[in-house]
Amino acid sequence: MRDALKIAVWGVLALLFAIAANWGEDAVYRAHALILLAVAAALFLWSIRTAGAPVATAGAAPAGYMDGVVRAGVIATTFWAVVGFLAGTYVAFQLAFPVLNWDLPWTSFGRLRPLHTSAVIFAFGGNALIATSFYVVQRTCATRLWGGNAAWFVFWGYNLFIVLAATGYVLGSTQSKEYAEPEWYADLWLTIVWVVYLAVFLGTVIRRKEPHIYVANWFYLSFIVTIAMLHVINNLAVPVSIWSSHSVVLWPGVQGAMVQWWYGHNAVAFFLTVPFLAMMYYFVPKQADRPIYSYRLSIVHFWSLIFLYIWAGPHHLHYTALPDWAQILGMVFSIVLWMPSWGGMINGLMTLQGAWDKLRTDPILRMLVVAVGFYAMATFEGPMMSIRSVNSLSHYTEWTIGHVHSGALGWNGMITFGALYYLAPRLWNRQGLYSLSLVSWHFWLATIGIVLYAASMWVGGITQGLMWREVDDQGFLVNSFIDSVVAMHPMYVIRALGGVLYLTGGIIMAYNIWKTIAGAGAAAPVRTVAAE
Amino acid sequence: MATKREVDEATQTETTGHEWDGIKELDTPMPRWWLWTFYATIVWGVIYTILFPAWPLVTGATPGLLGYSSRGTVAAEIDAAAARNAALDARLIEADLATVENDPELLRFATAGGAAVFRNNCAPCHGAGASGVVGHYPNLLDDDWLWGGTLADIQQTVSHGVRFEADADTRFSQMPAFGEMLAPEEIDALTAYVLSLSGQASDAPGDVQAGAQLFADNCSSCHGEDGTGGRDFGAPNLADGIWLYGGDAAAVHTSISDARFGIMPAFGDRLRPDEIAKVAVYVHTLGGGE
Repeated sequence: MRDALKIAVWGVLALLFAIAANWGEDAVYRAHALILLAVAAALFLWSIRTAGAPVATAGAAPAGYMDGVVRAGVIATTFWAVVGFLAGTYVAFQLAFPVLNWDLPWTSFGRLRPLHTSAVIFAFGGNALIATSFYVVQRTCATRLWGGNAAWFVFWGYNLFIVLAATGYVLGSTQSKEYAEPEWYADLWLTIVWVVYLAVFLGTVIRRKEPHIYVANWFYLSFIVTIAMLHVINNLAVPVSIWSSHSVVLWPGVQGAMVQWWYGHNAVAFFLTVPFLAMMYYFVPKQADRPIYSYRLSIVHFWSLIFLYIWAGPHHLHYTALPDWAQILGMVFSIVLWMPSWGGMINGLMTLQGAWDKLRTDPILRMLVVAVGFYAMATFEGPMMSIRSVNSLSHYTEWTIGHVHSGALGWNGMITFGALYYLAPRLWNRQGLYSLSLVSWHFWLATIGIVLYAASMWVGGITQGLMWREVDDQGFLVNSFIDSVVAMHPMYVIRALGGVLYLTGGIIMAYNIWKTIAGAGAAAPVRTVAAE
Repeated sequence: MATKREVDEATQTETTGHEWDGIKELDTPMPRWWLWTFYATIVWGVIYTILFPAWPLVTGATPGLLGYSSRGTVAAEIDAAAARNAALDARLIEADLATVENDPELLRFATAGGAAVFRNNCAPCHGAGASGVVGHYPNLLDDDWLWGGTLADIQQTVSHGVRFEADADTRFSQMPAFGEMLAPEEIDALTAYVLSLSGQASDAPGDVQAGAQLFADNCSSCHGEDGTGGRDFGAPNLADGIWLYGGDAAAVHTSISDARFGIMPAFGDRLRPDEIAKVAVYVHTLGGGE
């Protein structure tokens, strides 16, 4: 009965997607229908082939932690890291050498840039967050993931969303909202996946065997809840037709800009800050083998951080049509946010009290600590750049790009690399990583890459800002825009070289993790699993 | 699950007694500097939002005690700049532009201001250095002018544009596409003749002698009998070796058979009269002014 139902559902879905591929009004829609048709058809065939196989009966539920989905997440994270860094390095070279656009729509900067941002933020970052949250919530709640195969649905569903987004960009589909470019049906699909993610995570927390909820789980939970809210509200849109990829976004004019940057800034807050702090709260104390520095600090900085962050978005719209009061309120909240952000930095760094010597010998811990350092730097720079008079110089310049990347490469990247290196041997039950010296290579390549990137973009951005506002003694503009573009060329080249170093580090990591999984190091004795 | 508080050896601090997967927490008080800086930013935030527009109300927002507004600040800055240059602007508008170049103070003012106008409005087509783009936009550095290179000519062109139909006073002319009127070998002949006018060596296949007759019959009314052009029609000088659309045989052949129809927008509605005067002086001083 169950098999028949599965076969029927996949068969009907495959038929529906075939119809959609036929009736689709634009190329992107038809291409996506074909992708979904292929997925549904494959599952249809698979459910026929496995029909009649014995199913686990109730009462024989699998025991122990559910780590298969985390293993898949580690592999996906590593894969998307290389893809995302490669795309970023390529678009960096396009800015330095525009001929690399090849005069083709599919390889133009305008399409590859969202491919890069989505690949690093949502594919690399998102897979890292889903995988680590599934790992951490099980360990710190001492229970198996709730919901059975729902966790697998989250993993595959999320990655299907990534594929729909990426192929859509290259084919020219966008709803023109930064970091929310995918069209309506991809947004709807992500919403379904995300609600299941929330259910799995919350269900696991509710079934916990520990009396208290560990701080990392507060951060993960606020990430899942808030991203759901941001995603749904920002993407409210009316499709032009059910057979079209196009839609009309509901928010008009300056209200639309405000909703977009409320979303955009809180993607930084609740996607790139809060859940990565959750990673920090688990992997730093584990790797350093030290207790968290201050429980009280973790409470105060968590609540102040999530309360203040949500109001900071208007600082992206300084000196625009947005009313002054909203701009100023956004700036004030951004500055008050400085200390709550640094609370995480203090708890991360000071957890090393009594274990500082490990930085000399443990390149994984070094990565985690440098990540916290970049976090501290970026969360000082951010409030500073939100000050309107500073922003009048920095806005629209490469300084913003440098700021974002010192956070993204330094904080999100490094903490994720540390977590992946921590997880790989444990998940595949190996004695240790294939090579610690390759981790050191990765560390130095990435660090030097970030320094080249951030330094060139600081110099470039401030140069741009000063050139744009330079006037002579009679008040006349001195430079034309193209003068500032020409001045950027050497900075763009240095930035692209920084990207090459960072990408090289990522490839080394992928190799190291692959060799670890393949068992190039000796297997560890099987560890007993605590849960259940 | 340990519930007992214990003292951490390395820091001599008590733990909270909780433990998750081996992770414990110290009961360290919040760092004072952190807490006081946090308080200080909150106090600053309250004061700042009283001084400046900040808190939304039902139909508006608190205006702030200092009376600040972005638009007010911009308007004040623009007014101040305008007031500073008002005397010079007035002199420039009243002056016969031809005399500006004899007045060092006015000349400096007009060229600096004109350069700024040029960078914001003209550079996207003519280039930041005004050297144009072969095949598209004329070079403004040389002394080859389609519609005239005096200050008055330039002022007229900037104000009303070229073949810009939204402006009734725009400069207008239209060369016929001779590909529809002449035989292919006649176009070849014309190409060879036109190239010979500037003494260029060319491998154009046409008969120069036949081309001369065709030129006299079809082209000379606008481009002149000697091919030196006619500014009343914006007809380019064909004898000076300067080519807007390229001077090889293929480009000239295309120009004759398909004609060209370059358009420049009128800036009379976009720029103030003083700005047009400034940019005219600036372009005039670039090297080719007449």
